[in-house]
Amino acid sequence: MGYPHHPHPRETTVLSKHFGEADARTLGGWKKRGGYKALEKALGMQPADIVNVVKESGLRGRGGAGFPTGLKWSFMKPGDGKPHYLCCNADESEPGTFKDRELMRWTPHALVEGCAIGAYAIGAETAYVYIRGEFTEPLHWMEQAVKEAYAAGILGKNAMGSGKRIDVHVHKGAGAYICGEETALMESLEGRRGNPRIKPPFPAVSGVFGMPTTINNVETLVAAAPILLNGADWYKKMSLSNPKSTGTKLFSVCGNVQRPGTYEVVMGFPFKEFLYDLCGGPLHGRKFKAVIPGGASVPIQTMEEAEATLMDYEGFVAGGSMLGSGGVIVIDDAQSMVTVIARIARFFAHESCGQCTQCREGTAWTTKILERIRDGEGTVEDLDTLLDIGEQMTGKTICVLSDSCAVPVVSGIKKFRGEFEALIQGRRFHPVTAAVA
Amino acid sequence: MTPDLVGGLESPDYASHDRAAHEPYTPVFTGDVKRELDELLTRYPTKMATLLPALWLVQRERGWVSEEGMAEVAGLLDLTPAYVKGVVTFYTMYHQHPVGKYFIQVCTTSPCGICGAEDVVKAFVRHTNTGELGLTSPDGRFTVIEVECLGACGFATPVMVNEEFIESMTPDKVPELLARLP
Ligand SMILES: Cc1cc2nc3c(=O)[nH]c(=O)nc-3n(C[C@H](O)[C@H](O)[C@H](O)COP(=O)(O)O)c2cc1C
Ligand code: SF4
Ligand code: FES
Repeated sequence: MGYPHHPHPRETTVLSKHFGEADARTLGGWKKRGGYKALEKALGMQPADIVNVVKESGLRGRGGAGFPTGLKWSFMKPGDGKPHYLCCNADESEPGTFKDRELMRWTPHALVEGCAIGAYAIGAETAYVYIRGEFTEPLHWMEQAVKEAYAAGILGKNAMGSGKRIDVHVHKGAGAYICGEETALMESLEGRRGNPRIKPPFPAVSGVFGMPTTINNVETLVAAAPILLNGADWYKKMSLSNPKSTGTKLFSVCGNVQRPGTYEVVMGFPFKEFLYDLCGGPLHGRKFKAVIPGGASVPIQTMEEAEATLMDYEGFVAGGSMLGSGGVIVIDDAQSMVTVIARIARFFAHESCGQCTQCREGTAWTTKILERIRDGEGTVEDLDTLLDIGEQMTGKTICVLSDSCAVPVVSGIKKFRGEFEALIQGRRFHPVTAAVA
Repeated sequence: MTPDLVGGLESPDYASHDRAAHEPYTPVFTGDVKRELDELLTRYPTKMATLLPALWLVQRERGWVSEEGMAEVAGLLDLTPAYVKGVVTFYTMYHQHPVGKYFIQVCTTSPCGICGAEDVVKAFVRHTNTGELGLTSPDGRFTVIEVECLGACGFATPVMVNEEFIESMTPDKVPELLARLP
């Protein structure tokens, strides 16, 4: 992890190796660390061969859905006579997630390199890095890195002397979680309101500016460089669990835990050891109560579920949740689950774009009901109403923000029903009153 | 916190907003700012794609985005003022009204909430004399708002003061932070 702590000996630092090293942010410093060797190698390969290596490596999208990256790249048909585009999704706004921020502010050139490799592989001359507007520091370093890369001839009309044109542009968002949804990001990039589009058509057919487009998360693109340098087998072997989840994954950890931060572990790492050993366990005098392991839109896990989980795509599903974005939110016994869930619902109500009735109304109703339960004014019928609304909000809308709001609410009521009922029956929530170290 | 974060982050000219609100409108896109826009236009296949960047330039120069600012951008990009307004209102970061010299955003989403973000907000409201969230202090110096996840949840509670991003804020550090603002 490197920042703000030293890497834990059980971490496997591939992407996070240079976090905390200010010198790695400059072109010179990045080259000293082996930077741009992967791009040089890529530019000497056929795009189709790059796609095959990435396919073979088993790399899956790190933005949330876990879609196989090589397969996504292979949807881009070469020689169709149209301009192709690569979009890098750096809108990172999913509560609990802050790994892309670390990647961009410590190793901006790693992302420039990843974008250039991705663009070349899908036959695009232009890549846009869409960074959320609040990320002033990552924006600063990314703009600096792009400038340096142009000045050194790494980007531009003859990228690294290859005769190929590769442009990378940083695009600053303006405050909207929904612009992290891939088609909303494209709308926003085009200068529109960030309303998600109905699919199909999928981005590979008609994406940004109506042209074939691939969109990838920051971490996905950064991972492409070491895969090309070290080979698919090297990447595939980094798995403690099963062949469907390969490589290393960044997990950003926050909430009630001794050492919050961004940790990099091999897929399949035991979650229990991760929480108690790497992250240092609960705060002094407290106990863990629940974990939301993949950003606010995945199901809440009880500690029993979490402690039996292996950290990979399939492992988190088996443990009653999802890997999602890798944003681990740890909740201890001093917190009221109702308060936590009500605030998450408020987040989604605030961020709904308002196009779909189920989402626009459902997120607002859910928040209203949860807040009245929190304030001791709930009724016995409220829980059934919430579950019913949750069902109406699932699988019926243009994008999955609606589902994302229902997921923590429904899983929270199922797994922590007692806390809701206690508040409804007029008993106050009594947190433990232990000292915090 | 990042001690080695050097300068280079351009802060909007919040100080001039009051003047700007009352004086006749003068165009933003002249001289260097126009040249910046011209360079931006080369990056995209459509003019419209420069809308968000152009609005950022307006806010950087004027501290907020007025109706006149929207109309100027619309004219330059072959859009209508109503269209531009529709876009501006979608995004939370464009100020449609003048704000305090220091615009303070505190994250209160659950991950920060369970680490005490509410107390940080209260401390800001109290020490800035703004009285209420969203209002500007009588001396025009501060506006404090609550915002959703700032993408730095491991550094609870993150706070933005204009373009400056501050990590691990606690209520007792608030007076010290406010005191160092010129
Ligand atoms: C509401 C919503 C918000 C999202 N936010 C992000 C985000 O901030 N960053 C991201 O990489 N993906 C986000 N995604 C997922 C993207 O739509 C998309 O799947 C992803 O960027 C694809 O990249 P990958 O294949 O490399 O994971 C979001 C999805 C939804 C529905
Ligand atoms: S589900 Fe919600 S956020 Fe997604 S398109 Fe519909 S209204 Fe917008
Ligand atoms: S919840 Fe506060 S920064 Fe993410």
